[in-house]
Amino acid sequence: MITPVLAMHIPDGFLSIPVSVVGWLLFIAILVYALRQTRKQLGEHRIPLMGIMAAFVFAAQMLNFPVAGGTSGHLLGATLVSIFLGPWAMIVVMTCVVGVQAVLFQDGGILALGFNIVNMGVISGLVGYTVYTWLTKILPRTTVSQWVGAGIGAWLSVVVASIATALQLVVSGTSAFDVVLPAMVGVHLLIGIGEALITVATIAFVHQTRPDLLQARADNRGARWIAVGFIIALSLVFVSPWANPNPDGLERVAEDYGFIDTAQDPAYTILPDYTVPFIESDIFTTIVAGIIGVIVVSSLGLGVAYVAKRKPISSDQTPV
Amino acid sequence: MTNQTSPHIISAQHITFRYPDGRLALHDISFDIAPQEKVAIIGANGSGKSTLLLHLNGILRPQNGIIAIDGVPISDKTLQHIRAWVGLVFQNPDDQLFSAYVYDDVAFAPRYLGLSESDVKTRVIHALKMVNMEGYSNRVSHHLSVGEKKRIALATILTTNACILALDEPSAGLDPRARRDLIRLLATFTEQTLLICTHDIRLVADLCTRAIILDEGKLVADGATETIVYDQSLMEQHGLEVP
Amino acid sequence: MLHLHPTRVSLLHRLDPRVKSVTAFALILGILITPPHTWRAYPLIWTLLACVAVISQLSAWKLGLQAGIALPFTLVAMTLLFTTQGRPIMMIGGLVIPDSGLARFLEIVIKSWLAMQVTLLLTKTTDFTDLLRGLRGLGISETLVATLNVMYRYLFILKDESERLIRARASRSGKSGGYSSGGTLLWRAKITGGMVGNLFLRSYERSERIYMAMVARGYDGRMPYTPLPPLKRRDVVLGLIPIICMAMIQIVVR
Repeated sequence: MITPVLAMHIPDGFLSIPVSVVGWLLFIAILVYALRQTRKQLGEHRIPLMGIMAAFVFAAQMLNFPVAGGTSGHLLGATLVSIFLGPWAMIVVMTCVVGVQAVLFQDGGILALGFNIVNMGVISGLVGYTVYTWLTKILPRTTVSQWVGAGIGAWLSVVVASIATALQLVVSGTSAFDVVLPAMVGVHLLIGIGEALITVATIAFVHQTRPDLLQARADNRGARWIAVGFIIALSLVFVSPWANPNPDGLERVAEDYGFIDTAQDPAYTILPDYTVPFIESDIFTTIVAGIIGVIVVSSLGLGVAYVAKRKPISSDQTPV
Repeated sequence: MTNQTSPHIISAQHITFRYPDGRLALHDISFDIAPQEKVAIIGANGSGKSTLLLHLNGILRPQNGIIAIDGVPISDKTLQHIRAWVGLVFQNPDDQLFSAYVYDDVAFAPRYLGLSESDVKTRVIHALKMVNMEGYSNRVSHHLSVGEKKRIALATILTTNACILALDEPSAGLDPRARRDLIRLLATFTEQTLLICTHDIRLVADLCTRAIILDEGKLVADGATETIVYDQSLMEQHGLEVP
Repeated sequence: MLHLHPTRVSLLHRLDPRVKSVTAFALILGILITPPHTWRAYPLIWTLLACVAVISQLSAWKLGLQAGIALPFTLVAMTLLFTTQGRPIMMIGGLVIPDSGLARFLEIVIKSWLAMQVTLLLTKTTDFTDLLRGLRGLGISETLVATLNVMYRYLFILKDESERLIRARASRSGKSGGYSSGGTLLWRAKITGGMVGNLFLRSYERSERIYMAMVARGYDGRMPYTPLPPLKRRDVVLGLIPIICMAMIQIVVR
């Protein structure tokens, strides 16, 4: 089998249409910005570099090691690539990886591709990158700190991405919160350890062999803001009614609003009958709030990134 | 380690292998190799030489036929033991050197075996000495020359006291001096059985007593080196040149 | 499923890749907006896809089997069987399965399976590089398409390098009487990290060589590509036919 088994490639049919659309919009907005940034940071090197790196991530995902009981540890790679190439090139690279996996290897759906890229590329890589840069900044400047930063970053990157995936499934009404979240996150707490070990070992290898490739790259504060935005957005969805810890929370809410008679989930009734959705109902407004939260905070991040990018230029131009 | 009851260190009977994409790579290949024999496997590109080498330690498994090493047939149960007896050196040393430092690469096999660190160290030093690379243990593999990498790759399989050394294109990409040094080095391995896949017919003439020609997955000639590599019509018929 | 170089044989193979991508996207969308409890829709949609498959000289049966690839993922939807409220219809191991739960679950599985067949139809009848030209023609970023082209060119080469690394590791993973082999978990992870690092450095240095080879041929940051011929009306009409069929199915079943 050429494609690694990752429990995060959502096939079509598992995300509701509104959730898929939000995924695509988020993905496009972030990708457009990332493409512009890579043009600035990498210049004409970017096409061969990002193309090869995408092929590299694809091939590196095949390299595994036996853990225990027939399971094996392997790499998702977003954190690793963001440490090597910076967050923006990482987003383009992971877009290519996840996109090719969906189209050529049917690993993940087409309509679900937006969120698949956001989960496995944007969220995973940006969380890993943010934790890595933050930890290497606050810890003493040693090689060990670099490893600790990369390890914790890689582990969290997988865990947060799995939380995001689980929540999208819950919001789409394809899985129950109190089952899918513990299951998905539980598995990825372990998978994340494999990710962390390989990431650290790879960083150590490159540090010993070509340390010049690990030099800090251009300032990428904007990327960190997007990561923070996603964390906030995920927490918002977390406190929404979908995440009611009551075992039958989803159904009780549905019953309260009378959907249960039609045995349909709210997210599903929004589009099919082309009726006006239940905007006034609390449950839907919370979801909308969550989604808007994601967009608002992300655009905030992009805005800050833009401003941060321009500042040094203007201060250079005005001699003090 | 050596099983005295078997006269053949390698015995391949009717090996047929087809790649998953349907391409027939090896077709009904049989041969026996005696301990300490030096055998060359020659043939044009795509004739199945490398595929055959990968069968010797069970990386690839034939759809038909049996391969036995020292009388032990390769199976899931014996696989790991056989991998300690058969040392495989890949054509591109970069595929084989995946640790940052030379020492760790050479130490891979004994560490995998579960030896103590002091035993590992003894074996690594000994292996590096065998390939005349003492003093390289703290070098970064990535920055070595091709010739040096090839020697280190050879050292990585000398640490398990493997009795069979299978080398894929050992002289490819080497400059004349590095190639000469390598041939001299290989000539010192008198204790081990040597199997060399190569296009370098002069190396075959210098090192090997026996040659096997593969063509499109079939064994077309097997005999003493002198009778095979100097047979112009036979060699040219299978896309090779006399030295 | 692997390296696809379809020979241009059928009507669908020859169809403009821009039209094909848009049609495929529309069909997937159509499948996914099928309202709940409209079971009639699914055989109709399957028939539509089977017709397209037959026109493409593909076996509808094999297509259906291959589309089962995503079925393991249905595990996450399995929970709906037990957590949705409804009229109980059966018991499995003490768990009550309500009718609505079963219906929701089946709908997800069927939709996923049908959508997968559309993706397969697209990739089986379109060369990947043509698909990329189609995407470029639809206005997708030049950088992204060029990056995908480079990726596709080297994908299988690097995959082979990965495989050789794994083989080289397996070759030296021996066992000898009396020792417990395999090393510690951390050591195994370190070795794998070394393999990833090795592949990374070789890939990185390869990208630099490719860049130089590109510059040597006049590369200045822009990637020229062979543009597709202008859209033919015939292709657009052909691409619209399945979309119209899908629209009719959606109307009829409601």
